[in-house]
Amino acid sequence: MDYVPALARWLHFMAGIMWIGLLYYFNFVQVAALKAATADGTAAGITKHVAPRALLFFRWAAVVTWLAGAALLGGQFVNAFTFQGGMAAIGVGAWLGTIMLFNVWGLIWPNQKKILGFKPATDEEKAKARRVAFLASRANVMLSIPMLFFMAGGLSHRGVFFGM
Amino acid sequence: MKNPLDSLWGTVISGLILTLILYFVVKSIL
Repeated sequence: MDYVPALARWLHFMAGIMWIGLLYYFNFVQVAALKAATADGTAAGITKHVAPRALLFFRWAAVVTWLAGAALLGGQFVNAFTFQGGMAAIGVGAWLGTIMLFNVWGLIWPNQKKILGFKPATDEEKAKARRVAFLASRANVMLSIPMLFFMAGGLSHRGVFFGM
Repeated sequence: MKNPLDSLWGTVISGLILTLILYFVVKSIL
């Protein structure tokens, strides 16, 4: 049964790279690109052809990452989420990842549907949706920094960081 | 006060500060 956590870790890394990679793409590249594209009238290229595809892989990669992470924790799942049995550090990473997953499905995606026109919305609703989606996305970039620290070092390198 | 999440640098610095805070919180638990 050692194959399950080993394969789960592989999948967790691949999906996680896709999720956080696209999150960084949105925040470090697309936000600024969209501003410039709106100014020269070419924003539709991004909003019509790039953003919907990026969001599709982004939101489902988030789900796969979380599920693979849960499989990787296996019997330590409850200990991690309750900070028991020396699992507090990886548990913080797991909680941060879970909050980020909620931000994706509870805030970013529902508001992006209004922004991109998949769901009818007035101009006022779109402006509000744009602000909420932007802040949720930026909050996820902020949370990704401690999340990756605790994921990378919370268990495998806990001797270095936490003296365990 | 300006929201730090409005700028990329503000976001990254906030993330680093949060990492430091959580690190010491976890260290006190373990």
